[in-house]
Amino acid sequence: MLENIQQAFQSVWNHKMRSFLTMLGIIIGIASIITIVSSIKGTSEQIKQNLIGSGTNAVVVSLYQNEYPYDSNEMGAPDGVAVITPEVRDELLKLDKVSDVSLFYQRDYNTGVFYLSTGYNGKMLGVDEHYMDLYGYQLCYGRSFVEEDFTQNRKVVLLNTQAVSTLFAGKNPVGKTVEVRGEPFTIIGVVEQGGGFKPVIENLQDYEMYADTSSGSMFITNKGWEIAYRFDQPQSVAVKATGTDDMTAAGKAVADALTSSQIKTHDGELSYQAQDLLQQAEQLQAMSTSTNRQLIWIASISLLVGGIGVMNIMLVSVAERTSEIGLKKAIGARKRRILRQFLTEAAVLTSLGGILGILAGIGLAELLGRAMQTPTAISVPAILVAALFSTVIGIVFGLLPATKAANMNPIDALRRE
Amino acid sequence: MILSMQGIYKHYYWGKNEVPVLKDVTFSVEKGEYLAIMGPSGSGKTTLMNLIGCLDKPSSGTYLLEGQDVGSKKEDELADLRNKYIGFVFQNFYLLPKMNAVENVALPLMYAGVPKKERLQRAEAALESVGLSDRMKFLPNQLSGGQCQRIAIARAMAGNPTLLLADEPTGALDTASGEMVMELFETINQKGTTIIMITHEPSIAEMAKKIYRIRDGMLDTGEGGAK
Repeated sequence: MLENIQQAFQSVWNHKMRSFLTMLGIIIGIASIITIVSSIKGTSEQIKQNLIGSGTNAVVVSLYQNEYPYDSNEMGAPDGVAVITPEVRDELLKLDKVSDVSLFYQRDYNTGVFYLSTGYNGKMLGVDEHYMDLYGYQLCYGRSFVEEDFTQNRKVVLLNTQAVSTLFAGKNPVGKTVEVRGEPFTIIGVVEQGGGFKPVIENLQDYEMYADTSSGSMFITNKGWEIAYRFDQPQSVAVKATGTDDMTAAGKAVADALTSSQIKTHDGELSYQAQDLLQQAEQLQAMSTSTNRQLIWIASISLLVGGIGVMNIMLVSVAERTSEIGLKKAIGARKRRILRQFLTEAAVLTSLGGILGILAGIGLAELLGRAMQTPTAISVPAILVAALFSTVIGIVFGLLPATKAANMNPIDALRRE
Repeated sequence: MILSMQGIYKHYYWGKNEVPVLKDVTFSVEKGEYLAIMGPSGSGKTTLMNLIGCLDKPSSGTYLLEGQDVGSKKEDELADLRNKYIGFVFQNFYLLPKMNAVENVALPLMYAGVPKKERLQRAEAALESVGLSDRMKFLPNQLSGGQCQRIAIARAMAGNPTLLLADEPTGALDTASGEMVMELFETINQKGTTIIMITHEPSIAEMAKKIYRIRDGMLDTGEGGAK
């Protein structure tokens, strides 16, 4: 077998130009598949990282109507749902796998915030004392919330860096005043999430917002919220789990506890639910994967064409080597040996093409990732499958020429010289 | 007796027409014989050689090689018979151009399943016996026609066949090289290997101990003139 492979390499090497041109179809096919798979994997991993891997292990528990988030922006606060008090928070903290809890209000749009005459279309959150720590916000300029901001109902606001860049073109806004529902709020500081410039992505809408233009977030105290927005919407709860693997369990425990303690008039429609981040991550991955999967099919066509090219050139090779085949059979080579010789040659040809294609694909993926600022991740299983697949192509498309060679009649083969 | 043919017929089809090539060929060969089969082109001598060499099967009749009925064998079994009992020498040598002398000679041993090391040793010994020990690593296109034919003879003899079957072995050679090949055949025959040689040249056939003539598909063994 080893000798067969050696001979096959020799034969491929003897016709360098022809072999390379034959391989080209395989090279292109494998390279494009590796590139596509790398970019799928890169995107998927980024989505996952953005959704759950920001290191905070935080899950948002919020009010749902049936299976959809309760839309308070349109409908106001629902009847029969009790306010979540600090005492309730203390109870939640006792739950298993919960390490911190924060109560907050949130509006994703229609916030009624203006700076001078410019409207702000990012998010507004009304948070308690624990929120900024729970999500690991760090201060860039000015100061963060202090106890007096809460106890004295100060009308102060924090901006994250995206909000600064959309509303103040990146200039330091500390000390300036924004209008929230007609109330003046003073900007006391600028924050960003720990670990550099990472967006907080908590749900699908967030991701989509981040994907086109992220307009940022503003934070006021929950006391400030009650001044600006009254009690027109239910609170949400941010739950910090003890570890990434505990996120689902912690979220569910808090959601169940809130559903049973807070919802008084129970008509079955309303419940607290944890946003299942893993499930959302998978949804997003599925979206990006399905489009790319079609690309893989197209790339496979190039492999098919490459395979036919290999078959063609192997048929030429068999015809050229008729007398060699005749001689080998005359001096005692069995059919299977001739078959194996040509199958090996075809497999070596396509495997070499596969290896070159993998290298080209890795290079292309890196290049593409750098040029288009998209993440790429080289997939080892994909490389192994590609290598195996290219060998299989050789064997499949080599079968016809090899059978033709093996079935040659030695007399005819020798006479043809 | 290493081979015997009894009432061998062979015909081919030309379209739908049956074309008889060999008619009632009957002869046998003893171990150690040196036989030339002579005949003009179109006489059926190549067909006869293909049958003797187990490259083809007779249409009817019985051919026994070393006691085995060739007519009943399958393709791979014929390949094994050729590998074991027959060494071929062709007019055009049929050396593989990308292989050097030793590799060419070792080829039939590979098909016989001889391990690589032993194979190369035996191939070197065979090349020595044809006087080419200084050309082991040469490629066929670096060698003369006479040298190529000697490599081919070494290849034929490497597996210790009982029968050396030669088809116009000097046809592509100059006189001096041809004589050298004939001397080699003489030596090989003296060491006990049976030789059957197909030729149309009387001067070459003369070298054999026995000459059969073939004409119009019929083998004449009656007037086989001993040398």
